[in-house]
Amino acid sequence: MTAVSTRPKPVPARLRSARPRALRIGRVSIRWRPRHVVVVLVASIAALAVAVIAAGTGDFTIAPGRVVEVLLGGGTRREELVIVTIRLPRVLIGLAVGIALAVSGAIVQTTARNSLASPDLLGVTAGASVGAVAVIILGGNSGQVSGMLEAIGVPVGALIGGLAASTLVLLLMRGRGTSGLQPILIGVGVSALLGGLVSWMMVSATITDAARANVWLTGSLNGRSWNELWALLAVIVITSAVLVPLSTRLGTIDLGNDVARGLGVPMVLTQGGLLLVAVILASATTAAAGPIGFVALVCPHLARLASGASRPPLVASGAIGALLVVGSDLVARTVLAPIQLPAGAITALVGAPFLLWLLIRTRREARR
Amino acid sequence: MAVIPPRRTPPTVDTAAPVSVLSSSWRTQVRWLGATVIALGLVGVLGLLVGSRGIPPLDLLASLFGADDGTAGIEARAILFDLRLPRTIVGMAAGAALAVAGALMQGHTRNPLADPGLLGVGAGAALAVVLAISMLGLTTPSGYLWFAFAGAGIAAVIVTAFGLLGAGRRDSSPATLVLAGAAVTAFLSAITGIILLLDTATLDLYRFWSVGSLAGGRDLAVLLPVLPFLLVGLIIAFAHASTLDALALGDDMARAMGRRLAPARLTGLLAVTLLVGSAVAASGSIGFVGLIVPHLVRRITGPGHRWLLPQCAIIGAILVVVADVIGRVIVSPSELPVGVVLGVVGAPVFLILVMRMRGASS
Repeated sequence: MTAVSTRPKPVPARLRSARPRALRIGRVSIRWRPRHVVVVLVASIAALAVAVIAAGTGDFTIAPGRVVEVLLGGGTRREELVIVTIRLPRVLIGLAVGIALAVSGAIVQTTARNSLASPDLLGVTAGASVGAVAVIILGGNSGQVSGMLEAIGVPVGALIGGLAASTLVLLLMRGRGTSGLQPILIGVGVSALLGGLVSWMMVSATITDAARANVWLTGSLNGRSWNELWALLAVIVITSAVLVPLSTRLGTIDLGNDVARGLGVPMVLTQGGLLLVAVILASATTAAAGPIGFVALVCPHLARLASGASRPPLVASGAIGALLVVGSDLVARTVLAPIQLPAGAITALVGAPFLLWLLIRTRREARR
Repeated sequence: MAVIPPRRTPPTVDTAAPVSVLSSSWRTQVRWLGATVIALGLVGVLGLLVGSRGIPPLDLLASLFGADDGTAGIEARAILFDLRLPRTIVGMAAGAALAVAGALMQGHTRNPLADPGLLGVGAGAALAVVLAISMLGLTTPSGYLWFAFAGAGIAAVIVTAFGLLGAGRRDSSPATLVLAGAAVTAFLSAITGIILLLDTATLDLYRFWSVGSLAGGRDLAVLLPVLPFLLVGLIIAFAHASTLDALALGDDMARAMGRRLAPARLTGLLAVTLLVGSAVAASGSIGFVGLIVPHLVRRITGPGHRWLLPQCAIIGAILVVVADVIGRVIVSPSELPVGVVLGVVGAPVFLILVMRMRGASS
């Protein structure tokens, strides 16, 4: 038995799959973890499967196999109209919103080194809520927003509000780092101020306006068209150009400011760039679908717990986010049909039990 | 010489020295305490004399001492004793409870973003109130009272159970507790949200409850039933201060200092539940107080909980009453709910204070 101690202990299978491997092609090498790849694959396949089911579900039901045929160009005109024109943009926006929100949350949690951080901390949601609720409640005649003002004014109001609020937060944070107490408190303060404004408008509005505002505040994918999808996709592609090169530094940032600086990471530039990406992604999704809660906060945790990583992995977070939003929207549309709930009402209902299950299953001290 | 001290002996001499280094000296703290108590008294008087009904404060004082026995005097006394006095007391109680609960949560989770709502208490109370409104047709704050309190308690038990299950049998790690709290809070809020989306009439009543208000039917009948729970919560919290100081050093250090973590956590969570449950039951969900007051008070007291917790109680009470008074005059003769004032007026003040915290970060 004494000889055993000289040999390395056998690693349990679960830990072995969490261990990074290296993929080397010539001079390029990429680190990858088998378990992370499995999580990404499972979540992506599940998200696509749910998306196909969602595209076939509704008043005019189409079987999943037929949906694929229609998407490949083999459907009747009626099927094409239902799937391509009406349902597909909604499903694709759900996928895009989920990816963007979850990635944004993962970035903020890593950069701020706080497990409760989310883009909300940068004032995005609160600012967007002020903008959109102001348009809903203050705009229009006799308090009824409709037509063009609702279709364009609300998303534009949300976009402007979200970007303005987060610019304010980032300006106030300037030169104070991103992970200490002070920047977090600045985010809390700005969000509280804007939250107060939203409550004020909610209690002073007529009940019809308040109810409409409440639907928007929950976050909904109802009635979205291709226009919103293209805008959202453009934002995601442009921010990826900044995010992909910076993302390799997330692991270094996670080691702490001093260590990261010692390893040669330009902290101000990197953290500023990362937070800017997070803000833009979150603002764009909020403008497209309203503040869908819980995704940005929880998907990074789900990805981290599922893949056994030490910090939220970006790709897995995005895949899980897409699955959560598309799945929630499907449930929201069907569970009380013909009443269509907003997707944001369901994300927590679907995601929270899963998070609790993961917490109990891992049964070891989570790192953050 | 090598006497091993018994495990549970409180390290009296050891804590006294570091605390006086960390915070200011004992004498300064007593002075601060005196100053804030006086301020609380002044704010209380303010809460009695200022209102949306533009009665000159001097007339009120005159009627208070019985100088005026006419109808004006009776009316003034009614306003003073039946409306403003209960309202001020409820505000003080809620503010004190929420601020102390916030300090407890931040101490236990070691997370500056933790607020009393994190334990699911606020969300549980909100769900119970929404159910009471939509299913039983209740419409008054005193009717919601026990629903809010029971909802808060059930939610806290669920969160604690998941936190303990997730962390293993031996202790409840703050990281797991924080996530379990966030998950349960979101789950309960989602159910609340769905009910509100389907039931506009309930939303109409709920939006005024949820914003946190001291107006409209909040007499002492709302506070008195929960006051014993609130006081017990405060006592547990204050008795808990040295444990929180130990926990601030990390779970391992606290354990090495002879603290038993699981009982300590459960005690703290019990106190938070009692405090927030009674505050929410009495005054709706007033946000923001529990989150920011501890951060403000740490500027005065330093991180030691012995002074932090009492000061949180006093300053939390001051903050809520001042916000309520501002809400009465700012759009007079109408009123702003205290929750709105705290956000719109309180948050900028908080931001200015935070911006001036140079070098105090991390």
